This record gives sequence, structure tokens and C-alpha cells, in this order.
Amino acid sequence: MGSGDVALSPAPSSSPTVPTSSTERVSPTAQVIRGDDRLLVRPPSAWWFGTVPMMFLALFFVWPLLNVLVRGFSADGRSALTSMTTWHVVAFTLEQAVLSTTLTVVIGLPASYALYRLHFRGRRWLLALITVPFVLPTVVVGAAFRGVLPPSWLGTLGAIVLAHIFFNLAVVVRLVGSHWAQVDERYAQAARTLGAAPYDVWRTITWPLLRSAVLAATSLVFLFTFTSFGVVLILGGPTSSTLEVEIYRRAVSLFDLPGAAALCLLQIVAVLVVLVASGRTQRIRGVRHRIRRSATVVPRSGAERILVGATVILGVLVALPLLALLVSSLRVGDRWGLDWWCALSVSGPRSRDVSAWESISTSLTYAVPAVVVSVGIGGLAACAVAYTRRGHELLDSALMLPLGTSAVTLGLGLLITSARGPVDLRGSWLIVPIGQALVAMPLVLRTVLPVLRALDPRLRDAAALLGAPPWVAWRTVDLPILSRALGVSAGLAVSVSLGEFGATSFLARAGSPTMPIHIAHLLERPGESNVGQAAALSIILLVLTASAAAVAERLSWNRQATT
Amino acid sequence: MPAEGWLHLYVFNRSRVLLVALALVTASGFSAACGTGGTGGTGGTGGTGTAAAVPAGPTTVTITLVTHDAFAVTESLLSEFAERTGITIKIAATGDAGDVVNRAALTAGNPEGDVLFGVDNTLLSRAVQAGVFEPYESPAASGESPALKIGTGGVVTPIDYGDVCVNLDDEWFAAHNLPEPTSLAELANPRYKGLLVVENPATSSPGLAFLLATVARFGAAGYQDYWRSLRANDVLVENDWTSAYEGQFTSGGKGSRPMVVSYASSPPAEIVYAAAPKPLKPSTSVLTDGCFRQVEYAGVLAGTKNQAAARTVVDWLLSPQFQADVPLSMFVFPAIVSTPLPDVFVRFAAKPTRPLTMDPAVVDHNRSAWIDAWDQVTLR
Amino acid sequence: MSGLDVTAISLRLGDVWVLREVTIAVGSGEIVALLGPSGAGKTSLLRVIAGLIEPDAGSVTWDGHDLRGEPAHRRRMGMVFQDALLFPHRDVAGNIGYGLEIGGERRSAIAARIEELLELVGLSGFQHRDVATLSGGQAGRVALARALAPHPRLLLLDEPFVALDRDLRDRLGAEVRELLKRLGVPALHVTHDPHEAALVADRAITLAPSGDGSSIVAT
Repeated sequence: MGSGDVALSPAPSSSPTVPTSSTERVSPTAQVIRGDDRLLVRPPSAWWFGTVPMMFLALFFVWPLLNVLVRGFSADGRSALTSMTTWHVVAFTLEQAVLSTTLTVVIGLPASYALYRLHFRGRRWLLALITVPFVLPTVVVGAAFRGVLPPSWLGTLGAIVLAHIFFNLAVVVRLVGSHWAQVDERYAQAARTLGAAPYDVWRTITWPLLRSAVLAATSLVFLFTFTSFGVVLILGGPTSSTLEVEIYRRAVSLFDLPGAAALCLLQIVAVLVVLVASGRTQRIRGVRHRIRRSATVVPRSGAERILVGATVILGVLVALPLLALLVSSLRVGDRWGLDWWCALSVSGPRSRDVSAWESISTSLTYAVPAVVVSVGIGGLAACAVAYTRRGHELLDSALMLPLGTSAVTLGLGLLITSARGPVDLRGSWLIVPIGQALVAMPLVLRTVLPVLRALDPRLRDAAALLGAPPWVAWRTVDLPILSRALGVSAGLAVSVSLGEFGATSFLARAGSPTMPIHIAHLLERPGESNVGQAAALSIILLVLTASAAAVAERLSWNRQATT
Repeated sequence: MPAEGWLHLYVFNRSRVLLVALALVTASGFSAACGTGGTGGTGGTGGTGTAAAVPAGPTTVTITLVTHDAFAVTESLLSEFAERTGITIKIAATGDAGDVVNRAALTAGNPEGDVLFGVDNTLLSRAVQAGVFEPYESPAASGESPALKIGTGGVVTPIDYGDVCVNLDDEWFAAHNLPEPTSLAELANPRYKGLLVVENPATSSPGLAFLLATVARFGAAGYQDYWRSLRANDVLVENDWTSAYEGQFTSGGKGSRPMVVSYASSPPAEIVYAAAPKPLKPSTSVLTDGCFRQVEYAGVLAGTKNQAAARTVVDWLLSPQFQADVPLSMFVFPAIVSTPLPDVFVRFAAKPTRPLTMDPAVVDHNRSAWIDAWDQVTLR
Repeated sequence: MSGLDVTAISLRLGDVWVLREVTIAVGSGEIVALLGPSGAGKTSLLRVIAGLIEPDAGSVTWDGHDLRGEPAHRRRMGMVFQDALLFPHRDVAGNIGYGLEIGGERRSAIAARIEELLELVGLSGFQHRDVATLSGGQAGRVALARALAPHPRLLLLDEPFVALDRDLRDRLGAEVRELLKRLGVPALHVTHDPHEAALVADRAITLAPSGDGSSIVAT
């Protein structure tokens, strides 16, 4: 054993001013981030992963969107913008969105308190019940409300608002509630000892701590209600029509493509405004506060007990439309029977009508390529965003754009473009899964990306030191860890594909409707048989989408604590 | 983008799995019940509805006939045609004529079928301009009255014609002691308040025909006032003929409106569909004033891969067998003049002496504006 | 000149010089401890040697052969990380055999080597255990076995016992030394605990806080 003397050499004369040595522990990960440009072991370049998603987006999203914009700006398009009808529609869209959002938030806030901070029997079930509507396809929600509302309500503002509340309550309750659960109640107690009355406590303590979550939920609900399609199509009428429905109507009924495109433009602008506004409000940073372990307490005061009671009633109200759906599928005239269910396998009164069973198989057939494409593209996109060194926020936003564009616009764009594009896809049945994949892809991205980001880069170091070159390391470390997330996102993609209505209503061919489209058709025609069948088919759709989402949840690594 | 938070909402409680289990149990229960008990009778008239036409003989070609909900033909004619020519006709029917034409226009060049039947004179220009058709006029069209072929330009072949008129429920009027209206203008009379149901011209071809009738009658300047008065008279607007006639009309339907925009040939239909013993005469009649002549055409879709077979199908639509079948299947008049009409038709179908018509070019030029204006006045 | 020679390595991360002109050597069969307080850049030095990060100046040679330009996956240096860093998606055998799988060894050979190593680290029979269920000490041993499996020419240990309690640390320290001596693998062992250094290493080097190299001769 030699005594290895290490020569002490002076600091290199060319070095910059001596930095003060910090004694705080710099974690290896922090070092990695700081010395990013020095790293020699990296994942494969983002370019390998990013090219395909970008090309997919360019071909099936950007190019169609441009086509829509060009058509909309044409003279024919502009005339649609000056029509009084259009502005009535815009006004109504705003009106119902504002009303729906306000009511949803007002009802949702107390409910979120009850469900996330109070303890009572059946709390978990109630929470799950309130969440169910959100994952229902919009058509099913429409069908359910058709069953539960008196006929005079159809086509009114009230019907639409009610359905929207039903649909979006979960957003407010869960977003705000999970946040509220972590607010330490001792802040409020301290305030009270300092003389603050209950309202003051709310105004000066609770609200500032809750504000960012409430604003996030509000903007989300507003976005959803503003761009709502399925619900408005089924429950609305000529005087209660939103921009989305108007786009559809102009294209499909009036065959006024430039006009429809012009309305798409309007829609895009409106959504952008909402997004920017909500982005601004998001920047109102949530105040940093002590986070308490989320534990629920038994309601003590009378007010709290009433609140619990009210929330239970709310749960019952939420369950009503779903029960109504079940009932109308089983009620045949004056008796109970399975007639409508059996009728599903029968083609319509005329031998040429498609039977509901066929629509189920059509939906499932479309779901397979839709899931493959969305998970494949989404997975590649996630890798691209995670591995890119610079500008990942830009890439991320670019890949999320289809989410911000309404499904109706996506469908219209694809339809218009296919006619004159390099590849005429209208003849190909693939256009439907592609449209659905466009809608599902951002969800896949959002599911997979966090998992990739959470992956400790040192695992790649370990793999490298054990002899794995970059691609082998990716295949044996990144990919297996990814695969779980991919499985989860596949479940979500199935759910989206089965329930997708906006884009598919444009793209599906006459003889092969998907389940949501068939349900909408059934509801358009009068007759108890049609309504009953629509209800039965809706329940099947509900079960299929819920199952897909449930499978996704079982696979999910991160289980959100709902206590 | 606030979307990040909502992903977590897709995470369910494990109780969701219970739902799946429940579903599986009930599904198996249903299949058991359906197999034995349910006959599917209430859901449809057929047991297992098959696609129309029985393939027979050396069939090699299937032609898809794209048409609207009101298309009907006696099944035996289809099988006879298949046997004779080897062409199987598959019928793809959706919605109203307006729907069909719009879909065809949206998919022009890449059609959903080979032959389109059901485009009418009010919508023809829209279809032609969108490039929906490959020009073909059947040689058999020489047997038609030339008036039917105005505006076709040889692109499509007239197959049948009818008149869109307001139908009246005689029994209802008699029971309520109300004299029936005799002119379009009278429909706006307050004593007929809440009694009329019409179809939306944006989505329905009889609806559009009726709108055009009012324009023809009251002029481009006056028709809006007419509709304003109809609206004040509580007119009901339905999206298509089926919802209007079968849903809202008092006669035979479960509705409350004794006046509906329909066809001059609807009364005979009533007799044909009535249960035995057949009534001696129909309980509905037609307001002969303000009828609008509607001609239906068939054409070969541009882009079809079976051009020859498609043309044969169009020819068949003008064949004596099909034309003779038209009155009692679709309740319109056959285009071929020499076709014999069934007795019930001759006696009870109204034939307005002076139906309103409009130059197709005029229709083409103004249609969207008129529909838009109608929309404003009547619905908004 | 056999063994590792690190000459005048300087490394700057961000705007901080983490290492300045550090020179050390590890002879064949030697175990050298690298001491120094937190933030002295010991981990960074290991990463430079392993080829995970590129230094601003200086050279790393093995047996006289300059390793610059040699990618990490070809340097044949094993590394034991601070928190074991086992692959979560593979079981114990999957972790230990990883290097051999990459190297294209036959499955039977891999299985035999895994068994051999598990026995060496005292974890016989642990092949199919889920790594998430391992205790701190067990995980550390598996990490050691994993690093040793592909016959590395040098072992780099980055404070592998820092999360364990004193007794375990002492015990493991002695075991590691014995194992390395038996296998004849030279090692560079980073730690902030001089006691541990004395247990494990033949000699120790201290890095001053600002990354300067200075030496303390230890037995």
C-alpha cells in the first residue's frame, strides 16, 4: 500500500473569483440539474421521440385547423359572423356558462367542505357518487336528463344548466375539497381568539387560503360549460343553442361550411381568452401555509350537521338522473320489462336501420386503433417533453393544444381537409379513430409525463455503469417504468374513445354509428321504444366507460388519497 | 393550462369495481331473459332485422342506396331485382332528405354509397354544386312528363313527385265544431291558434317546401310577416316529418295538433294502414291551397366504384314494377306517366290543380338567406 | 502505473467550482477512502471517474490508458449509490443480473453468478424478493452485489451506508472490506465518517470543502 501523496496545488490562476464554499448539502439530483450541460449519460435525444407526434399533430390538427380558419375568414364565412343569430347564440353560450359555473361553484363549495373535512358514515360512497357524472359521456348525461325532466323543460336554459351542474360538481368538489382538507384549522381558531367573527374568518383566513383552488376549479368548469356539446345538443332547442352546437348545425344541416368555420374561429378566440384569463388568475399564487395531515372530524355544530344532511340530499339528487335512466330502460308502457334491452339486438322498424348491438361493435372497433394511436403518440410525446433539454414548456403546450380546441372544431377540420388533402381519409374508416385519438392524446401525455419526470435520472446512471448504452438503458429502465403509466392512460383512452361525441358526430359514416351517435339518433325520434332503447344503450355505454376507467385506476401507481 | 388538476378526477374509488361486477351479473341475467322471454316484439316489427334483399344466384355486386327515412319498397321487388341482375341493393337510410343531401355534399367525391335517392327539387342545386353526382339520366325517363325534368340538367333522373300540403284532421275539426281553413292566409287566423305543426326547413325537405310555398304565395317581402303571425298563432316546429306527423298530428298520432305539413297523398296512406274493417274514406284531408310541388330524383354518386351497376339501379327505379309500387309504399306519384295507380290513390289522393312551384335557380340563390330569415323570425 | 490515476480534475457546476485540481490514485487491489464534509464534491469526483459527467480540466486514466471519450457504459466501473438505487421494476435477481444481461451472458451463467453473489453478501434465497420490501441494509447489499456482478475493474462507493445506523454501518463496513479484498477489486469509498473510513480502507484522502485536494495519511 503506497502512501499516495496528493500534491496540494494552488487554485488555477485562470479560475474566476473564489466562490464561497457552501456547507449546505447539495443533493446529487441538484448537482445533476445544475450541471446539466456536462452530463454524459442522458436518455436518447428528444428528437427521436418528438418527430412522430409533431408530424401527427401537423397533419391531423394544425393543417385541418388552418383550413378551417381560412374558410372562416372568407367572405362567405364573414357573413355568418354578422348574422344576428350568431350573436344571439354567443350571448346564450355566455349566459348558460356563467350561470352553470356560478351555481356549480356555489353548490360545490359547501359540499366539498362536508365531504373532505367532516366525517360521517357513507362519506366515501357519497364522494364516489358525486364523481360518477363527470366520467359519463355527455350523451348519457343528456339521455339521463331527458328521462328525469318534465317535457316542458326540454329545450330550456334551465335544463342545460341543471345538466351542467350535475356534470361538473365533481370538479369543484374534488379540486377545492382536496385543497381544503390540507388547510390547518388552527389558523381559523387563532383568528377567532383574536376576535374575528365567523364571516370575518371566512373572508380573511379561509378564502385567501382557498382562493387559488377555487379559481382553478371555476375556470375549468367555465371552459367545460362554454364548449359543451353533447348536453346542449340533446337538451337544448332552437333558442337554447351554444356555439358548439351552432357550428355543428351550420355544417351538417345548412351545409354552410364557411359559416361553420367562422364560428369555429369565434370559438377558438373565446377559448383562448378564457384560458389566458384563467392563466392570469392561476398566477394569483396560493398562499404557502402549513399543511396538516388531512383528517376529518365529526360534525359538531348544528350548522355542520345541516351541511352533512344537505350534502346527502345533493347525493340523492345526483343519483336521480341515473336512476331515471335505469327506470326508463325497464319501463314498458305500464309494466316493467326487458323489452327495450332485448330490442337492442333488433334492427329498427325498417329493416335497414342499424341495431344498437351493431353500434356497440362499431364503437369497440373504433376504440382499438384510437387507443393504439393515442397511447403510442402520447407516449412518444411524453418522452419528447421529458427528455428535451430546453423549451419543454413550449413543446408541452404545443402537444396539449388539441385539448383546448373543441372536439367539434377538430371533427369539422378533419372533414373539410380530407376532401382536398393529400390523402382523402373520408373514405377510410380510420378517420374516426384518428379524430378520437386527437382528443385522447393530451390526456395520455398528462398521465405519462409525471411518471417520466419522477424517474430518478440516476437510475440511468446505474444502468450505464452496468454496461448499458443509452438505447438499451431506455429500453430496460425507462420503458418498463413507463409501461404502467401507459396502461393507465390506455384505460383512459378507451373511456374517451367510447364516449366521444363531438368529433365523431362529424366523422362517422351514415351506416356505422358509434354508441353515442346512435343514442342521439334514438332520442331524436319520438316514441317510447326509442327512448327506452336509448336509456338501455346509455347504461351499457356508462358501464363500458366506467369499467375502462376503473381498470385504469387499478393500474395507477399514484392513488390519490381521498380521505 | 388548468387541465392538470382534473386528471386526478379520473381516479376512482375502488367501489367502481363493484359496478363492473354488478354489470357482468346483470348482463348475464339479461341474455338469459332475452333468450327465452322477450321476443323483441315491441322494439321492432321484425325478429332479427336483416339488411334488405336476399342474395340470390351468382350475385357479385352490392350497391349501396343512400336515401332518407321515408324510402320504402316492397321487399319482393328487391329480391326479384337481385335474382334478375345479380345486384344486391343495400339500403342506407338516415334522416330526412336534407340530412341525406348534406351528408352527400360533405362526402362528395368519396361517397358513402353508389346511388342516392331522395334529393328533391328544392335541394338539387346544393347537391349538384357540391359535386355529389356523376351525370346520368336514365333512358326510361322519356316516359315522364317534361315538366318534371326542369332544372335537372341531365345530372339526375326524376323518380316520383308529390305535393307538400297542409293536412287536416277532419274528425278533429268536426268534433270541435271548427270550420277547416281553406287558404294559407287563414292559418294565421287566431281561431286556429296552437293547432299547426310544421317542420324546420333547415332540416326537413317538406319543411323547406312549405317555406318556399309561403315565399311563392306572399312574396320575398311578405313571407316574414306571414311567419310572424304564425308564430303569434303558436305554431309548433319539429325537426322532421316523422316527429311532426307521427308525434304531433292528432290523427293516428298521439299529438295535439290537427294541422300538419305533409303530403297530398297522406290521406290514402291512412286507409292503407288502418286495421280492418277499413274505413270507407280517410279521416284527413288536404288544404289544396298553398301546396308546393316536390319532385324526387335519383342519381349516381360521383366516385362510385360500381358505375355500371349503379346505373342499372337507377334504371330499375323507373321500371314499371317499381313505379307501380311507389304509390302505396311511399305515397307519392310515380314519374312515369303511364303507370297504373291503385284505386285508393285515385279516389283519395288530392291532386291540387295549381300547386306552387319555383324556379330552381331562384331557390338556389336564396335558399340560405330565406332559411336564415325564417329561423330568426320563427324560432329566435 | 496500474490502477486508477486521477490528475488535476476541475469541475464547475453552474457557477460553483465543485472540484479544483484534484489528483488521487488508487492502486490495484487497494481500497482508498475519500473523506470530506458535505458539499466537498466527493460525489462529483466519483461521477467524473465513472464517466457520468465531463470535467472542465484534468484527466482520468486506468492502467495508463486515458479514459477521456470512453462512455460510461464501457468503463467497467461499478458504482454503489447512496440510497442503493435499485431498479424498482425488477426483483432482486433482476437487479443483480442486469449488467450480465446487458453483456449478453447466457441465462444459466447469469443465474449461477446471482446465486454466488447473493451468498457472498449473505442474502441467499433472496432472488425473487420485491426490492421495495428490503430493509436498508439488505438493499445496500443487493446494490453491492449488483455492482460487483459484471466483474468491474474498480468499485466506486458513494456513502453507501449513510442512511443506516451505527452498528449496521460498522458491520457492513467490515463485510465490504473483506469481500473486496477477497475478490481483489480496488475501490474508492466516499464517506464523511472517518471511523468508517478506517474500517473499510487501506488509506484515506481528504477533500477540503472547496474541492481542493489535500491528504492525510491514515493506516
